[in-house]
Amino acid sequence: MTDPTSQAGAPSGAATPAPPALSPENAAVIALSRKDFVSDQEVRWCPGCGDYSILAQTQKVMPDFGYPRENIVFISGIGCSGRLPYYMNTYGFHSIHGRAPTLATGLKAARPDLMVWVITGDGDALSIGGNHVLHSMRRNVDINMVMFNNRIYGLTKGQASPTSEFGKRTKSTPAGTVDTPIMPLTIALAAEASFVARSVDTHTEHLQGTLERAGRHHGSCFVEVLQNCNIFNDGAWRDFTDREVREDRMLVLEHGKPMIFGKDRNKGIRLNGLRPEVVTIGKNGITEADLLVHDEQAEEPYLALMLSRMFWPEFPVPVGVLRAVARPTHDQLITDQLTAAVARTGAGDLDQILHGGETWTVD
Amino acid sequence: MTTIQPAELGPDVQELERVTIRFAGDSGDGMQLTGTQFTRTAAVFGNDISTLPDFPAEIRAPAGSLPGVSGFQISFSSSDIHTPGDQPDVLVAMNPAALKTNVGDLPAGGALIINSDAFTQSNLNKAAYASNPLTDGSLRSYRVFEIPISTLNTRSLEGLEMTSKQMDLTKNFFALGLMFWLYERSMDPTLSWIDDKFSARPVIAEANKRALKAGYAYGETTEAFHTHYRVKPARLAPGTYRNITGNEATALGFLAASKLAGRDLFYGSYPITPASDILHQLSGYKAFGVKTFQAEDEIAAIGAAIGASYGGALALTASSGPGIALKSEAMGLAVMVELPLVVVDVQRAGPSTGMPTKIEQGDLLQVMYGRNSDSPMPLVAPATPGECFELAIEACRLALKYMTPVAYLSDAFLATGSEPWRIPDIGDLPSLVVGNATDAATFRPYQRDPDTLARPWAIPGTPGLEHRIGGLEKADVIGNVSYDPDNHHRMMTLRAAKVAGIADDIPPLEVFGPDRGDLLILGWGSTYGAIRSAVERLNADGKAVAHAHLRHLNPFPANTETVLRSYRRILVPEVNLGQLSLLIRARYLIDAIGYNRVRGKPFRIVEIIEEADRLLAENR
Ligand SMILES: Cc1ncc(C[n+]2csc(CCOP(=O)(O)OP(=O)(O)O)c2C)c(N)n1
Ligand code: SF4
Ligand SMILES: [Mg+2]
Repeated sequence: MTDPTSQAGAPSGAATPAPPALSPENAAVIALSRKDFVSDQEVRWCPGCGDYSILAQTQKVMPDFGYPRENIVFISGIGCSGRLPYYMNTYGFHSIHGRAPTLATGLKAARPDLMVWVITGDGDALSIGGNHVLHSMRRNVDINMVMFNNRIYGLTKGQASPTSEFGKRTKSTPAGTVDTPIMPLTIALAAEASFVARSVDTHTEHLQGTLERAGRHHGSCFVEVLQNCNIFNDGAWRDFTDREVREDRMLVLEHGKPMIFGKDRNKGIRLNGLRPEVVTIGKNGITEADLLVHDEQAEEPYLALMLSRMFWPEFPVPVGVLRAVARPTHDQLITDQLTAAVARTGAGDLDQILHGGETWTVD
Repeated sequence: MTTIQPAELGPDVQELERVTIRFAGDSGDGMQLTGTQFTRTAAVFGNDISTLPDFPAEIRAPAGSLPGVSGFQISFSSSDIHTPGDQPDVLVAMNPAALKTNVGDLPAGGALIINSDAFTQSNLNKAAYASNPLTDGSLRSYRVFEIPISTLNTRSLEGLEMTSKQMDLTKNFFALGLMFWLYERSMDPTLSWIDDKFSARPVIAEANKRALKAGYAYGETTEAFHTHYRVKPARLAPGTYRNITGNEATALGFLAASKLAGRDLFYGSYPITPASDILHQLSGYKAFGVKTFQAEDEIAAIGAAIGASYGGALALTASSGPGIALKSEAMGLAVMVELPLVVVDVQRAGPSTGMPTKIEQGDLLQVMYGRNSDSPMPLVAPATPGECFELAIEACRLALKYMTPVAYLSDAFLATGSEPWRIPDIGDLPSLVVGNATDAATFRPYQRDPDTLARPWAIPGTPGLEHRIGGLEKADVIGNVSYDPDNHHRMMTLRAAKVAGIADDIPPLEVFGPDRGDLLILGWGSTYGAIRSAVERLNADGKAVAHAHLRHLNPFPANTETVLRSYRRILVPEVNLGQLSLLIRARYLIDAIGYNRVRGKPFRIVEIIEEADRLLAENR
């Protein structure tokens, strides 16, 4: 978030209270709990849907940011995921399919004092709204975009999505889809997102931690949450997210730590030429020193891009923060230009502008 | 030329009431600049003026080719004028292609000033001339002045360190200088403009100044022109004036509205001809707190504007027809969430990409109805370039007061055409201040103001008003998602009633000419000048014809039907295939007769007079 104490950009005619600083101390002062973020609306997802958990973890981490409820806005597109704002007791805007990032960009530009979350789905973000994801990320709009990836169109009852696996049979692709899927995190990185992370709906603590990191990041965040649609694509991620297998099939990223995974913590990722490979510590003379060390702050996103393309079954699926770098935010850059203009010429004088250019007087 | 008075002004000066000049050349010849400089000079001199730039969509079509011709027409007068003139009195043609595409508009006896240097065989070929018009007698009916402009101009630049190509680029100023002499204009405004513009490049500045002066001196010293002409200042209403295009006035209107509303301006846009200049201009107003956002597409532009409006800003988005098509879904969202927003459509010609730089009024039904379901939006349309200022403010007023998206329809003619504009006193402009909701105890997202039916504007950051809005239908008053059939009917009706109710809050439709009679000509948008001039002439001939011009197209002013029923016939000239006439017929069951010409050009006055005469003859 940009300095949340700054009033700049608040509409001059609007009664915008100074937002309190984003800090744990402030969180203590405001002292909200999870319950304060639960709205009075009845939740209407299918029983067993992964969205319930994402909602619960979101509500759980909200008090930690130290923002009063009124300074938090959830903006969504269309899809099952798009319902989430109705269930948050904050400001909320359920917009149109794929366009939530555009509303968020305008809102954040007009009101840098707000904390803005964007809730989207794999179809919403990567199909109809793909363009807006690219541009909100490259602009480093200070938003937290959370993409619920269930590899299917849920709300429209089960068609293939841009993340559906090649050959997948769905209602709209009875002979299997002929479209190659895209990797959401690769897209986000290519679009210059300054924060890129992945988590899983059912890994509640990890999800909370990831959302918490995103909420504290200043700039464009893209968080992919692997989500189960138990009605139209049940078990899409089960092969590696299930409790019994997850340690062996997922790689939990930690900044500055070697990439180790496995129940026995004896597997790791090493670079072989330009390609990653899975190795076993202790076999063939491999030691921890041979493994890649995660660096989410690397200047160039080579490592993050590589991680974004690693996937089960060839590789353990990386989760956690792939990239977190500091870059001036869109709203800050806009505000700076306005401030510089006023410093250069003084506050604008309407009468002077109306009389701009050549004038003449008729008596 | 309209009035030629007896030559008691001396043997070589004639006084004219009105002159129309068209500069035409290759798009690389600087014709727009030449025209603009002449316009400024005439405006500062105090003439009434009206201009019509006409340029190709291609940035650089092949030099010398027919599609590469760029033109600029200016009419200047000592009396009140409304149009850039039906036909030029003088045509300046810088090459064969310019001659070929424009000479058809020059009436017999008109003056034709030609750069004879450009009439080489190769240029004649590019313009598809089988024989040289300068020698084959085809220009016999005009007063032709063949001037070797390129040669004379290059001679005047001798000694300057420039390539011959650079020298040639200044020949438009030679032509301009000649026109200044011919019409007794001072060179000073242009000379100081050159100094300003090329302050960093003294050689270029010097060259342009020499070119200008050489053209002027040519008029003065050669025998080619026996006379020069005087057009006295017009008697405009007292005040301070400037020359203004519609796009400039639109941008200034929005800037003023932001000040009048006490809200920061947010402008989301994606570049498109002819709307881009509004974005360019507003992006220079950072010291006013104006935030401009060049979006990745038109959908993002309106989405961002809706987001900014949700946050409490005065939010606008602008495009032309193709971009408005992309914005339609989001316009529907703005209707549903009932947030203030102004959607600017600077119309251009044709479906799809059409003729991007040409004139048309084809988007009326698009902005009126081009959304899913019944999705009513108020709609305003300025009639002249200067009026864009007022109507931009009016669009913002309606948006803020009624919590609704408002469509603002300009067009390529208004956008790039110009006229003298009396600068308003800021103190005379209306206040646009509206409050935000603050009272948590009484706040309901869809509780409406009993007078305006507007819902409250509850912006994020206001404690206790946390609520959810969106595109799903909402329950009346409380604003929760609702699929209740009766609620939906009620909300549909309320949205329609809110917009319809605006009829009581806008000025009545005014009539120019007799308040009842044989014929009313009803117009909207940029046809104003041609219709008004036509009606003035018809009235002068004793014909009972009146003119009414709609600035509000949804809703129509409350007295519209009464006005229409006061005349035997209603003629509706439009640069489309009959859109306002369709609305009038549907709404009032009145037999509005369309007069529709869709040539990418504005109406000529005579066209409207002829059509009016035809109807009057039928009446008898
Ligand atoms: C313009 C438009 N086109 C199509 C739709 C229909 N539609 C609604 S949601 C959706 C797909 C949503 O898929 P995803 O983003 O993956 O969300 P999920 O339901 O899986 O959470 C579609 C095609 C729409 N609402 N609007
Ligand atoms: S359709 Fe799938 S994604 Fe949508 S609510 Fe049901 S289970 Fe969840
Ligand atoms: Mg999905």
